[in-house]
Amino acid sequence: MYFLAAEGGEAAHNPIIPAWQEIVVGGIAFIVLCFVLMKFVFPRMEQTFQARVDAIEGGIKRAEAAQAEANQLLEQYRAQLAEARTDAAKIRDDARADAEGIRQDILAKAREESDRIIAAGKEQLAAERATIVRELRTEVGAIAVDLASKIVGESLADEARRKGTVDRFLSGLESTGAR
Amino acid sequence: MFGQANVLAAGQAKFPPSVEDFYLPSILPWGAHDNYWFTKITAMVWLAVGVLIIFFLASYRKPQLVPTKKQWFAESIYGFVRNNIAVDMIGHQGVRFAPYFTTLFCFILLTNAFAIIPFFQISPNSHIAFPAFLAVISYVMFNWIGIRHHGFVKYFKNSLVPPAPWYILPLLIPIEFFSTFLVRPFSLAVRLFANMFAGHMLLLVFTLGGFAMLSANAWLAPVSVLSWVMTIALTFLEFLVICLQAYVFTVLTASYVQGALAEEH
Repeated sequence: MYFLAAEGGEAAHNPIIPAWQEIVVGGIAFIVLCFVLMKFVFPRMEQTFQARVDAIEGGIKRAEAAQAEANQLLEQYRAQLAEARTDAAKIRDDARADAEGIRQDILAKAREESDRIIAAGKEQLAAERATIVRELRTEVGAIAVDLASKIVGESLADEARRKGTVDRFLSGLESTGAR
Repeated sequence: MFGQANVLAAGQAKFPPSVEDFYLPSILPWGAHDNYWFTKITAMVWLAVGVLIIFFLASYRKPQLVPTKKQWFAESIYGFVRNNIAVDMIGHQGVRFAPYFTTLFCFILLTNAFAIIPFFQISPNSHIAFPAFLAVISYVMFNWIGIRHHGFVKYFKNSLVPPAPWYILPLLIPIEFFSTFLVRPFSLAVRLFANMFAGHMLLLVFTLGGFAMLSANAWLAPVSVLSWVMTIALTFLEFLVICLQAYVFTVLTASYVQGALAEEH
């Protein structure tokens, strides 16, 4: 390991032969370094990196969730709007249909009423006419007979009387008619 | 560390520099040779460990989702090794090894960096003991991971038997064994050690060479200045080597782990 230097007599060193003391010292020092850094520093760095990744990915994820929710809400609002529009249209149609129905009903009722009234009027008229005709028929007969008998009874009386008879007849006719 | 300066000031610098310049007298006991327990080199190793621990603990005491500057810096170091070395080389499961790779990378980078930091100016990694220890850890680690992942027999079959015709296997298996199980730890250790050793030697040569020429002949002063300018330029080169070697050591370790985890040869 060592050879004597030619002139100095001091132990010369061979640089390719390690000194065991230095191996021990360097080894201990390096192991201490490894222990501290690999136990207390780099795992925490790895954790921090992970936390950072999580934070970024979490942020993206949250943004995506918010976006999705917004989209869903928009969709929902659109659906509701469309629904409301169809509802409104339906209500309008219904109302229109109802109004038409009501109008038709009222018209039909009015027509019926008027028909009924007309029919009732006609019937009454017919009835009254029939009564009048019947009364007239009997009265005309009686009057004709009466008149004929008077004409015949007071026949040939003087003009004035005859005229008076006629007047009486007429007034009698009127009074009968007024009766 | 003051020894060199004293030597320079006294004009006693030996030129050319030798291997002995890498073995400074120990600090405790003061001035002793051949005592390695507490030298400038080991002190720098402890200092590097302390600085790294304090830096990382301080900057990661209260981690926040939105990082402070310090936290961001610590995270970028870890993130660099994690994503550009561990995950790139090994794939998704490389994240498991990222803490060790980052520790390794930081330790080598900082101890290498002492090579050009004023008043330190020598890297502990220019003593082969430290790269060797790190290489042994890498060696044990990739074999252990491979054996645990595949089982003993399958791991060695995967590592040693390449998909080749049977008649060439007697040639290939020894080569594979040699390259995977014998050369790897040595190449790892020696690459780092030799780079830091050579870098320090180069800086010594140009710095001390300037003084040597100046003291030999005053007329050589311009060449001395050139020599020192070269020192500055080489310091930049050294900076590149420092970063590169820290990266290479980590990447190769990751590559060995990846090879041990790979399903096929």
